[in-house]
Amino acid sequence: MSSALAEAATSTPELPARRRERGRLLQHSVYLTARSLRTLWRQPTFAAMTLIAPIIWLLLFGQLFRSVVHIPGFSTGSGSYLEFITPGVIVMTALFSSGWAGTVYIDDMNRGVMDRLLASPVRRGAMMIGTLAYQAVTTVVQTLIVFGVAYISGARFRGGVVGIVVTIVATALISVIMASFSNALALLLRQQEALIGVSQFIVLPLQFLSSAIMDTRLSPHWVQHVARYNPVDWAVVASRQALSAGTEWGAVWPRVGFLAALAAAMAWLATRAFRSYQASI
Amino acid sequence: MSDSSSPALSAVDLVKTYPGARGKPRIRALDGLSINVQAGTVFALLGPNGAGKSTAVKILATLSRPDSGHASVAGIDVLRDPNGVRHIIGLVSQKASSDPMATARENLVLAGRIHGMSSSSARARAADLLSRFALDEAAERLAKTFSGGMARKLDVAIGLMHRPQVLFLDEPTTGLDPQARTELWAEIDRLSAHEDVAVLLTTHYLDEADQLADRLAIVDHGRVVVEGTPEQLKAELKGDTVQVELATAEAIPGAMCCCRGLPVCATSPRLVRAFGPVPRVVPARCRPCCPRWKMPTSRCRR
Repeated sequence: MSSALAEAATSTPELPARRRERGRLLQHSVYLTARSLRTLWRQPTFAAMTLIAPIIWLLLFGQLFRSVVHIPGFSTGSGSYLEFITPGVIVMTALFSSGWAGTVYIDDMNRGVMDRLLASPVRRGAMMIGTLAYQAVTTVVQTLIVFGVAYISGARFRGGVVGIVVTIVATALISVIMASFSNALALLLRQQEALIGVSQFIVLPLQFLSSAIMDTRLSPHWVQHVARYNPVDWAVVASRQALSAGTEWGAVWPRVGFLAALAAAMAWLATRAFRSYQASI
Repeated sequence: MSDSSSPALSAVDLVKTYPGARGKPRIRALDGLSINVQAGTVFALLGPNGAGKSTAVKILATLSRPDSGHASVAGIDVLRDPNGVRHIIGLVSQKASSDPMATARENLVLAGRIHGMSSSSARARAADLLSRFALDEAAERLAKTFSGGMARKLDVAIGLMHRPQVLFLDEPTTGLDPQARTELWAEIDRLSAHEDVAVLLTTHYLDEADQLADRLAIVDHGRVVVEGTPEQLKAELKGDTVQVELATAEAIPGAMCCCRGLPVCATSPRLVRAFGPVPRVVPARCRPCCPRWKMPTSRCRR
């Protein structure tokens, strides 16, 4: 009668239920990630803007604040302001685009897609991982493009491939953190305008209370203090250190570790927010 | 139930309340709703907006949890094993449930894959459903370009993809033009021939329930008021009705007083109650005969 059930049961009878369940979670996550990437691919204007925005930021900020490196005490790690700001722009880009992550859920709620998925065997975890993985993939592509443009503009990173890989990992993690937050907001607020309002309200202070575009040692003392607990600053500092000549790995690994732990915690909390959504329908 | 096999769908005494406005009591969406649907049959929940039809569907489809009561699908308890239920149901909610940025075929294949179908069997099933719902030519078009009728057919096809034992159709034809409505009716009518599936349908339309349902229940204020086959209920009505909407529930006694002597009121007060503030049964000749009848005489004559 129910061939879907029969198929699932007969194809892997020897696997323990727990492992089969995990395999299905992964499979569903892959389907849903692919769905989002396909949607992005079909909106060329949106895709182009996602890629062009960080380039403009990099060139604009790079020019606008070029002379801040001459302020006594400003530490670029190595070389020009462009090299200083590249990891900052990469992290900012990830923050801004992940802030919108929840809009996918809102669109699905406004149609019946969310209800249909919730009434299907898809786990809430897979619905969460699907959007987070999609966000991480776009972040990686954006990051590579910013690196390319920075290179063409003359920036050189002594940290080499390892530095670039660390930057990509740290940025993907901060984007997962922000996307989880955005997804949770979407499930709690269930309204596009409210979601965008709140997430933009959060993104800007997070960005300016970090060393993304300014060396915090030149900022007021309290900013330095706040920045120490700001995940955006963890990502920027870890990336900048990894990209510089004499990388202090002691400053990189703990921050990447904190980012990974926070990303996992946020994704878990955001998945819990499905309960709040279901209680509301 | 008298037969030993469990019904495809069963709900017993479902109660569900939602928080009311500030300072107001909670809203009772379901107030002891009970239904039984046999395998392979179409069961319609008929009633006005806010009667609790969709709330009942949401509980049975594991989206929402009742405050009290029991529900099961093919013998599986929706509260104790929601995931088990999700494997054997298809949900077509009130809103369009296709992904607008995917083609019809992609929508169907993804729905099948999610239910654990292999890639090849999902493709074969999708092709089969596309031709059955006359969507072959639109198969590679994005769902957002579909007309209302096509989109609704695609929604139903998506719900059927994994051969569910129970299919929920929440107001499937609301907002469709008469032709699209007739086409969709034909498809739903044919379901029982092609698929061994029980269908729970909600609707506002008496004619829709009459056309499609093997059994129907009239729901109001969160409970079943009358239940039976369309023939049984029509036999109670005996003939045609005139529809009139009354502004408030207070007008009901007056309206009933006015139409005293007409066969409907006399033989089936249950039906009048069923529709509460919106009685479909009303006076052909209206005369102000009763002190509780508040309507001004002039309007009444017209």
